[in-house]
Amino acid sequence: MITLGFWFVVIMTIAAAVVVVGSRNLVYSAVGLFFTLFGIAGLYVFLWADFMAGVQVMVYVGGILVLILFGIMLTHRISSVNISHTGLQRSLGALVAMVILFGLTYLIQNTPWKWVAGIEPESTTYEIGTLIMTDYLLPFEVASVLLLAALIGAAVLSRKNP
Amino acid sequence: MDQLQTYLIVAAILFSLGLFAVMTRRNAVAVLMGIELILNAANINFLAFARFGGMNISGQVFSLFVIVMAAAEAAVALAIVINIFNNFKSINIDEVNQLSR
Amino acid sequence: MNIFIKYALVIYFLPLLAFIIQTFFGNKLPRKGDWVSIGAILITLTLAISMFAGMLLNYDPDFVVQESFTWMNLGNFKIEIGFLIDNMTIIMLLVVALISSMSHIYSIKYMEGDPRYHRYFSFLSLFTFSMNGIVLADNLVLLYMSWELVGLSSYLLIGFWFEKDSASNAGKKAFLTNRVGDIGFFIGIMLFFTAIGSFSYSDLFAGVQAGKIAGATLTVAGIGLFMGAVGKSAQFPLHIWLPDAMEGPTPVSALIHAATMVAAGVYMMVRLFGVMTADALLVVAYIGGFTALFASLIAITRKDIKQVLAYSTVSQLGYMILSVGTGAYIAAFFHLLTHAMFKANLFFGAGSVIHSMHHGLHKIDDHDTDPQDMNNMGGLKSKMPVTYISMLVGSLAISGVPFFSGFLSKDAILAGTLAYASHNPAHFLLPVFGFGAALLTAFYMFRMIFLTFHNEPKREDIFGHIHESPAVMKLPLILLSILSLFIFYTLPHFNPFSDMGWFKHLMEYKDSFVPGGILAHSTEEGLHHSHMTAMIMSLIVAAFGIGLAWLMYFKRSISAEKVALAIKPLYRLSSGKFFIDELYTKILYKPVLKLADAVAYLDWDLYDKYFINGFGRVTTFLSNIVGKIDYEGIDQTLVDGIGRSANRAGKVLRVIQTGRVQQYILFALTAIIILLIWKAS
Repeated sequence: MITLGFWFVVIMTIAAAVVVVGSRNLVYSAVGLFFTLFGIAGLYVFLWADFMAGVQVMVYVGGILVLILFGIMLTHRISSVNISHTGLQRSLGALVAMVILFGLTYLIQNTPWKWVAGIEPESTTYEIGTLIMTDYLLPFEVASVLLLAALIGAAVLSRKNP
Repeated sequence: MDQLQTYLIVAAILFSLGLFAVMTRRNAVAVLMGIELILNAANINFLAFARFGGMNISGQVFSLFVIVMAAAEAAVALAIVINIFNNFKSINIDEVNQLSR
Repeated sequence: MNIFIKYALVIYFLPLLAFIIQTFFGNKLPRKGDWVSIGAILITLTLAISMFAGMLLNYDPDFVVQESFTWMNLGNFKIEIGFLIDNMTIIMLLVVALISSMSHIYSIKYMEGDPRYHRYFSFLSLFTFSMNGIVLADNLVLLYMSWELVGLSSYLLIGFWFEKDSASNAGKKAFLTNRVGDIGFFIGIMLFFTAIGSFSYSDLFAGVQAGKIAGATLTVAGIGLFMGAVGKSAQFPLHIWLPDAMEGPTPVSALIHAATMVAAGVYMMVRLFGVMTADALLVVAYIGGFTALFASLIAITRKDIKQVLAYSTVSQLGYMILSVGTGAYIAAFFHLLTHAMFKANLFFGAGSVIHSMHHGLHKIDDHDTDPQDMNNMGGLKSKMPVTYISMLVGSLAISGVPFFSGFLSKDAILAGTLAYASHNPAHFLLPVFGFGAALLTAFYMFRMIFLTFHNEPKREDIFGHIHESPAVMKLPLILLSILSLFIFYTLPHFNPFSDMGWFKHLMEYKDSFVPGGILAHSTEEGLHHSHMTAMIMSLIVAAFGIGLAWLMYFKRSISAEKVALAIKPLYRLSSGKFFIDELYTKILYKPVLKLADAVAYLDWDLYDKYFINGFGRVTTFLSNIVGKIDYEGIDQTLVDGIGRSANRAGKVLRVIQTGRVQQYILFALTAIIILLIWKAS
């Protein structure tokens, strides 16, 4: 049952990702991205990262995707139907992407991975909170400065007359 | 579903799809979506290694920072996209070939 | 799992499923998918009826089942959400399912041919889902979530015809006004949570009983919760949204703005009555009583048939709130139940009239006349007998005439206010509010009946095209009229003058959880003592109100215009809705705008102009000097030389520089692949 759920999530994620990169309509792409991000949140759950799954849903689905939708709506024009390159660029890109995918798959399959069978944690929220406030305090603060900088930068950039 | 490789391959597929989008999409927002896919693929790798590499929580903290970074990136990038749109009345990135107009 | 919980789960999630199906596929389904929503609500109704039957078979006043699960586990504390099912829940579920299914069926014809027909039904399903959440919640989190969800669905449905500016503005107004109340609600919830550490009702009651939260804090928290009810149940001073909400389709007004959603505030107050302190209840009682009288004063001068009903709803909700405030909270819930039936009935009747007026106007190609204005009606009795009878039954019930349901519940509420005033003579105003509103209610309801249905038609040209509504619109009218009779609320007893019956047996007063709070037996004793007095007085005022309306609008022996002239200032106040909206504009919107202007002035004209620009000038001066050194000294000689050589190199290399970033990526990746393959082999 759980295995079935896992494969369902995997297939949904990849299928939606194909829609994201392949669709002719930007809005469909955004909807596909929605399902991809949700599927990835599902994968996080299978990876014992329930807090991360929550963050994924909140930040990506709730924040970034909405931002992207705004971006689409603010800039969409009916005339811009050809959102992909055609011809050589597209086929070369597909070729390169395929080669990279095969290379990576080959690498993954042929590497002798050493892994430790961990124990599933009860709830990760508490421990993540502790780590952020102790070991990773500096990166955490730097991240907040980064976000502030991005906030100001985005506000300045998107003004009509900067 | 309890295999490291499965997750890595899923991440590799997402990565390649993202790369494909970055290389072939003309629309800047679509390129941005490709970048999001790549970032997410990286995040899956972090979490997969965190779980199977025995360093459970630290890996998750790392991917948390990746998400923070992605949020900042999306905000700034979309601001730039909107700015470009205001200046060029188009967001096809091959038509944007001047720094100012 | 208990069978009741299973049923409740289906009742809860079925409308959500219908909403999802309707939203995504409604447009493509045959008949635009109205059967999905209607099917879901009819199944819900069946289940609600079986739960109701189960409750009657149990016949146990203390029946309660509860089931919850952990929703969120955050470090040291967890949030649980779940269902609480007792007699009150079951009765309320039945009310919601019944009125909602009536509204669905009625809408088939009423909304026929609307371009967004499928979306309308999906919104109705969303509303039913959210409302059931409020009814079933066993904790404040689910309650608050559902609370906001009904707010959302109400917003969507009020502004359903958003092409009309008035409709979309009314939606916004409803949403924003509710937000004011919800802030208080949220504060109340958080006060309880910080003191008790849990959101569930049972922990809440236990915590209050144990004194974990007491005194002024408890009063403030209680008033905070009440603020939510003030917003949602449209009490003074946040009543302004409900009359405007009549811009929505009439079945929506019947379902959401008369019977169920606006009653959610009352339902919540009844549910959480146990945590209200005496001081908080006093505030509740005064606001409720004042609203009851105030809204009925406005209702007597309305010209629009739906506006009369809207203010009547505000006034009746005020009644219920008043009753909660005086401690007779079961009476409030009783009135909620009976009011839901007859007020939905009245709205459906008004909808039927408007539908047919609209039709008539369409036939004579008149698009300027307001189909809702009662001044264009009159004499419709002969053309629309079913609508007339059902609206008459509804008006009799709301006016508190014996043999109808409203008489029983209104009587209980008035008895409650009398009992309260006899214990606390200082608060004699509360029964005055109550009886005053009862008098005015009877008056304006019959004013509406006489203006709409009696005498000669005022517009002969429309009158010729008026006809009775189709069967699917008559069915809800007939059914709800029958349910406005007293007998359904007093079984197994047949005494029309006493509310003894299954309801009174199943819904018992319970002691307040506040230490030293109101005790059940004292409330019941008070009600028992005042019962007779209240009944006689309410009969007198109802008869007086109906009689006055009969003289003024049927016999016309008293001229309404002359009366209006004689009390001109009062008349102006009433027809101007006491100028509350204008007052808000003056004391809220205008000052906020002025403040914003002032801040903008500080920022632009003072700070930017002098401080920032001053800096700019200094910098310009400095950079001019530096620029001279740079350009003349360094650029001309050193830099240009390098530049020229680079220029020559660039001419050679420009061939592979296409200026397309994506091709660069392609080149780079190809290079990487080649490198890797070379390395690996």
